[in-house]
Amino acid sequence: MKQHTKGNFHQTAAPLLFLLPNILIFGLFIIVPAIQGLRMSFTEWGVFTTPRFIGFANFVELAQDTVFWKTFSNTIVYSLFTVSLIMVYALALALLLYKNTIKGEKIFRSLFYIPSLLSMITVGIAWRFILGDEMGIINYLLRQSGGSGIPWLTDGNLAMVSIIGVSIWAQAGYYMIILIAGLQAIPLELYEAATIDGASTTKTFTAITLPLLRSTLLVVMVLSTIASFKAYELISVMTKGGPGYATKLIVQQVYQVAFLEDRMGYASAMSIVLMLIISIFTLVQFKFTGKEQDYE
Amino acid sequence: MNKQKVYNTIHYVLLIVLALATLLPVLWVVLSSFKPQSELFRVPLTFLPQKWTLQNYVSSLQAGNFPVYFSNTVFVAVVSTFITVMVNLMAGYALAKYIFKGRNLIFTIMIATLMIPLQVIMIPIFLQLKNFGMLNSLWGIIIPPAATPTGVFLARQYLVNLPDSLIEAARIDGAKEYSIFFRIILPMSKPIVATIAIFSFMWRWNDYLWPLIVITDNKKQTIQQALANFVGQLQINWSDLLAMTTIAIIPVIIVFLAFQRFFFSGIAAGSVKG
Repeated sequence: MKQHTKGNFHQTAAPLLFLLPNILIFGLFIIVPAIQGLRMSFTEWGVFTTPRFIGFANFVELAQDTVFWKTFSNTIVYSLFTVSLIMVYALALALLLYKNTIKGEKIFRSLFYIPSLLSMITVGIAWRFILGDEMGIINYLLRQSGGSGIPWLTDGNLAMVSIIGVSIWAQAGYYMIILIAGLQAIPLELYEAATIDGASTTKTFTAITLPLLRSTLLVVMVLSTIASFKAYELISVMTKGGPGYATKLIVQQVYQVAFLEDRMGYASAMSIVLMLIISIFTLVQFKFTGKEQDYE
Repeated sequence: MNKQKVYNTIHYVLLIVLALATLLPVLWVVLSSFKPQSELFRVPLTFLPQKWTLQNYVSSLQAGNFPVYFSNTVFVAVVSTFITVMVNLMAGYALAKYIFKGRNLIFTIMIATLMIPLQVIMIPIFLQLKNFGMLNSLWGIIIPPAATPTGVFLARQYLVNLPDSLIEAARIDGAKEYSIFFRIILPMSKPIVATIAIFSFMWRWNDYLWPLIVITDNKKQTIQQALANFVGQLQINWSDLLAMTTIAIIPVIIVFLAFQRFFFSGIAAGSVKG
């Protein structure tokens, strides 16, 4: 690229002016709060009280906070199952729909994508209506066919299963689109060569498809992991974290402690732990799947 | 040949079963919103309404502040989208077509913050908005998330590939830097503008957490907030709620049907915020 800066004043000032609005907004509302959040985690801080520096006291308290650790383990369980099942299901959908050979493929892709268009609030409302104990359609059908109703959202373990299932239903289509793009980028010649060599479908899948899809799978894994650690809306609509603490995740707890109990310093310490978990998970995923994905 | 036929049939059956599992829940909600209240939970349940009615839509539009929530959401989504597109396209242009000190550093910092979710910094953001007096203002929802790293990234990626000679030629003709941007770059950026605009609109329309932090005043709430409040009540009026839910879904479906190709290319182009 040619050197543009050598020209007049306008060409030197122009890029900075073009960047200015972005940097202002970004700095004031992302960078400054991120640093502020770190600082807050070492303080006692309420909306109407003067902040007080208390060292590591928040983190010491956090270590013994059983409710926090319950939400921590809930988040890990939710994340592990949601991410792994989304990857399997989205990959299955992508494999059924990437070849551009069968009729109606594009329509099917759009159909599977539709749940990803909906807000998690509306998804939660829809499924609460469907999974309701007494009046939901699923339990109605179960009773019609001679069975008994299932407490989808009111039994602790089942509520977590339901939340995970709905999360998969809501997001798989989005990751399917990413995987279809990845599958279509694999050169066809490789498959033709494999066919000539008489490789079985399974062999082709494990020897060609999976290795060449690795970086796309990594993208899906990282994105869906971050999404699962951020999960908030779906649970607040479907179970409010209940029954008891059965489906309460870290973000729920952060929100409650910060805004309902007005302990912003303590909640900031929780946020720092959440950020650490996200970073560790992301790093481990990059490490285990080999080289880093470059942003191309 | 026969084997291929069997294979194709299985393929289709599988797709149809999965597509039904994907769509029936949405259809069930939409169809139920057209049932009269007396029919909603009446046994035996029927898939299609026995008697179609718009009563739930009429009553939810008349009840409380729903029209206000709707217009708040339209305002937030449209204005945010406009600002997001301009702010990110300008930044992407500066990073793509100018060479200056700190360029790479700025770009690296932006990409690095992709990993920081709003959920992690919502407390200090809340305090920052309080400092600026932006709580309970729609601008408090609109401005802070307008500069998105993904938007800058996509814009830069697109603009890098535009030929430098266009800009050079305009400069030789004496065009000012800003007029090069508005007269030449902007018109040539339609595909990427469309992509950023669509994802921005969708995200703003569906967003719940940001309005939740900023707005407590009932009259300033968005649709998603209103829906969440409605479903949080002890006695849920499901007929009205399903009608409101359908109203909240319609705009995103329309945008999707109108701009389908941008959706899929946009998702494939990068990890666009959904």
